[in-house]
Amino acid sequence: MATIPSATEGPVTDRSAAPPQGLFSWVSSTDHKKIAIMYFVAGFAFFLLGGLEALVMRTQLARPNEHLLTPEAYNQLFTMHGTTMIFLVLVPVLIGFSTYFAPLMIGAKDMIFPRLNAFSFWAFLFGGLLLYFSFLAGGGPDAGWFSYAPLSEKPYSFTRGLDYWALGLLTIGVGTVSAGINLIVTIFNLRVEGMTIRRLPLFVWMVLVNSFVIVLALPALNAALVMLLLDRLLQASFFTPATGGTPILWEHTFWIFGHPEVYIMILPAFGIISEVVPVFSRKPIFGYGFLAASTVAIGFLSFSVWVHHMFAVGLGFPVYYAFAAGSMLIAVPTGVKIFNWIATMWGGTIIFSTAMLFAVGFIVEFTMGGLSGIIFAAVPLDWQMTDSYFVVAHFHYVLFGGTALALFSGAYYWFPKITGRLLDERLGKWHFWLTIIGFNLTFFVQHFAGMAGMARRVYTYPALPWLPTLNMLSTIGSYIIGISVLLFIWNVFRTLRRGEPAGDNPWDGWSLEWATSSPPAEHNFERVPPVRGRRPLYDLAHPEAVAAGEEG
Amino acid sequence: MPVNSPFNTASPQAAEIASLYWFVLGICIFLLVVVVGSLTFILIRYRGSRGHEASKRQENVLLEVAWTAIPLLMVGAIFGYTLHTMHLVYPPAGNRAPDIRIVAHQWFWEVHYPQLDVSTANEIHVPVGQDLLFMLNSADVIHDFWVPRLDRKIDVTPAYPVHLWMHVTKPGVYLGTCAEYCGAGHAYMRIRVVAQAPDEFAAWAAEQAKPHATPTTQDAIDGEKIFTSRTCANCHAVKGTSADGDVGPDLTHLGSRSTIASGAADNTPEKLSQWLKKPDSIKPGSHMPNLQLSDAEVRKLVAYLEG
Repeated sequence: MATIPSATEGPVTDRSAAPPQGLFSWVSSTDHKKIAIMYFVAGFAFFLLGGLEALVMRTQLARPNEHLLTPEAYNQLFTMHGTTMIFLVLVPVLIGFSTYFAPLMIGAKDMIFPRLNAFSFWAFLFGGLLLYFSFLAGGGPDAGWFSYAPLSEKPYSFTRGLDYWALGLLTIGVGTVSAGINLIVTIFNLRVEGMTIRRLPLFVWMVLVNSFVIVLALPALNAALVMLLLDRLLQASFFTPATGGTPILWEHTFWIFGHPEVYIMILPAFGIISEVVPVFSRKPIFGYGFLAASTVAIGFLSFSVWVHHMFAVGLGFPVYYAFAAGSMLIAVPTGVKIFNWIATMWGGTIIFSTAMLFAVGFIVEFTMGGLSGIIFAAVPLDWQMTDSYFVVAHFHYVLFGGTALALFSGAYYWFPKITGRLLDERLGKWHFWLTIIGFNLTFFVQHFAGMAGMARRVYTYPALPWLPTLNMLSTIGSYIIGISVLLFIWNVFRTLRRGEPAGDNPWDGWSLEWATSSPPAEHNFERVPPVRGRRPLYDLAHPEAVAAGEEG
Repeated sequence: MPVNSPFNTASPQAAEIASLYWFVLGICIFLLVVVVGSLTFILIRYRGSRGHEASKRQENVLLEVAWTAIPLLMVGAIFGYTLHTMHLVYPPAGNRAPDIRIVAHQWFWEVHYPQLDVSTANEIHVPVGQDLLFMLNSADVIHDFWVPRLDRKIDVTPAYPVHLWMHVTKPGVYLGTCAEYCGAGHAYMRIRVVAQAPDEFAAWAAEQAKPHATPTTQDAIDGEKIFTSRTCANCHAVKGTSADGDVGPDLTHLGSRSTIASGAADNTPEKLSQWLKKPDSIKPGSHMPNLQLSDAEVRKLVAYLEG
C-alpha cells in the first residue's frame, strides 16, 4: 500500500539473495517460508496419492459383489488413504500455513527456532516416505488408520507394513510436537511491538490454541506407537489379551490422541476462515473475543470427548454420561464460530472471490458435518450409526467439507502472497463448483448407505436395497472431485508461468503479511508498520479511524 | 426385500433408538435450515455488486449470549433423551443366564444355545416376542455384532465379554454384519437372524439338538469317513461324530442353513463344492485352506454335509 514506507516495494524475486542455489537452497533452508512451501508441495503430492487410493476404492465399490481388488489390497488402500490424508496431508499442510503466516502476521522475521522448524518438516517428509516404503518391504499396513489391536499385532498382520506404519507415524509425531512447541514459543515471543494478545489475528489465535492441543495430544499417540512396536518386534504384550494385555488400552491411548487430532485438523482451518470472511465482506470480524474464547473452549473440551469413539465397546454407563456430555458441549463453541462468521458477512459488502466461495462452502459443509456429529454424541444413535457409512459421510463432511475446503480457500487467498501471482479466478470458480458438486454427490449419499445398513471398511457389499444405486452415485461423485483437483493443478501451473502479478496486497487485506512484498524477502519486512489495533493496515490507511478509537 | 435400516425397526430396542434419532435429526435439520437460510439471505442481500457501504458492526454481546445459550438448551434436551434411551435399550444383564452365546471368529459367528444343547454358526434362530439375553465373546480380534433392524451394535473385544438384549417382534429374516473391521474376511462376516413363531423355533431347536443325520447313501458314508479321518475334523465339529474342532464353524446340520461361509454364498451343492475345492473363489482371504481335494472327495463331502 502506498502509505507504507518504501520497504515493501522491493523486487518480486527477492529470495535469490540467499547464497545457496537450486535444490540445495531448499534442502538447507531454515527460512519459514521455504519450509512452508515444502510442506505445501509434499502435502499436495501425498494428497494426490491419497486421492488416487480413494478413487481406486470407489471404483471397487461402484457395484456390489465386485472383485476388481482382493480384500487384502483394499484393506491396505483404506489404511493408507486414511493415514495419508490425516498425517501426510491435512495436518502438515495446516502446519505449513501456520509456519508461513503466523510469523508474518505477528511481524516476525522467522520462527523462533528455525532449525527446529526445518527438523519438523524433514521428520514429516521422511516419516511419510517410511510409511510408503512399506509397499516395497512386503506389503502396506492393513489395520486401518486407527489400527485396533490385536488386529494390528504380529499374529494377525505379519507383514512389515504395520512396523513401517508405526515407525513412520512416530517420526512424524515427533516432528509435529516440535512444530507445536516452535509455534507456541514464536507466537509468545516474537510479536512486533503493539501486537498484544488481544490484537492477534484470529488465524494466529487458532494456531496458538492448536499448537497447545498438538503438544498435549501427540505424545499419547507416540506412546501408543512405541507400545505397539514393542509388542510387534520384541514380543511385549501391551495389547494382546492372551498374555495379559488389553486391546482396550490401545483404544483409549489412541483416541486420547485421536479426537484432539480432529480438532488439530480443524482449528487452523477455522483460523483461515476467520481471515478470509472479513476481508471479502469488507468488514471487521464479528465477535473477535467470542471467536478467540470459543477456540480456547474447544481446545479444552477436545480432551473430554475421546470415548465417543468407544461408545460401542460396552464400557460402563457413567463413563458414557461424561463423554456424551463433553461431546455435546463441544458443539456449542463450534456453533458460536459459525454464527460469528455469518454475522461478519451481515451488513458487509461481500466479494465473491474464489477464496470467499470456498469459505462459504466450508461454512455450509462443515455445519452439516458438525450436526451429524451430534448424532454420534447421542450414545444410542452412535450404537446404531458408528462403523457404518453414516460415519464415513460424517467425517468426510468435517475433514473434506471442512478442512480441505478451508485449505483451498487459504490457497486462493494467500497464493499471491506466496508466489507473487494471482490464481486464475475463472478456473478457480470452476474448481469450486466442481468440488462442491463432486463432494456432495460422493458423501451426501453415504449417509443413506449407512442408514441402509452398509458397514464401513468392506471391500464389497451385497446387493441389498438401495446400496448399488447409492454406491454408484458416490463413485461418480468421487470422479468429479478428481477432475476438480486436476483443474486446480492446471490453475497453479498456469499461474506460476504466466499469472497476473499480485502486488503486495491484492485483496486489500488488513493483517501484516500484506504489508510486505509478494513473495516476502527472506527477512520478511524492511519495516513493520505500527500496530495500534487488530487491523494494522486498515489503521494505516484510515488514521482518522484510529484517532476516533473505532477499533480496540 | 425390506430396507436393512436401523429405522425400519422390528424390535422395541431399535424402535426406541429410531425415535431418539428422529428427535435429534429434527433439531439438526432445524439448525441447518437456520444456518443455511440466514447465510443465503445475507449473501444475496449484502452482495458487493449492489454497491453499498459495509457497516462497521462487530460486536453484540446479547446476540452472542443468545446463540450460545439456545444451542446449549438444545443439547441439554438431547442429552436428557439420550440417557433415557440408553437405559431403556441396554439395561444390565444381572445374574440371568444367557439364552444365546456368540463367539466371534475371523470370519464367522459361533452360536450356542446353552439351555437347548444346540450349536450352529452364522444363522441365529430366535423365537419372536421374547426377551433374549446374548453373551458375546471374541476368539481373536475385535469384531462387532450388528443387526440394524433389531438392535444396537456391540463391539466384541477379546477377553472382554459383553451382553446384548434382543426382542424381535415380527417373524422374518434379519440381515446383519460384523461392523468392526477385522481383517481380510470382514466383508463376508455376515449374520442372519431368523425370527420364528415360538413353536416353529422349538421345532427347529429340537431338530438341531439331534446329532447329524447318519449317512445312508454310499457317497455320504464315504464323506463322513473323509471328514473325520482327514484334516476337516481338526477345525470343525459335527455332533455325533468324533469331529469336535472349534477353530472353524460347527457343521452339524449344515444342510439346514441357507448360506455358507458366513453369507458369502447360498447353500447349494454347487456352491459348497466350489467352496471345498477353491475357498478363495468364494471368500477371498478366508482361513479355510485349499485341501487339494479330488472331485470325487468333494462330491462325497457335499453328500455328507448336506445330508
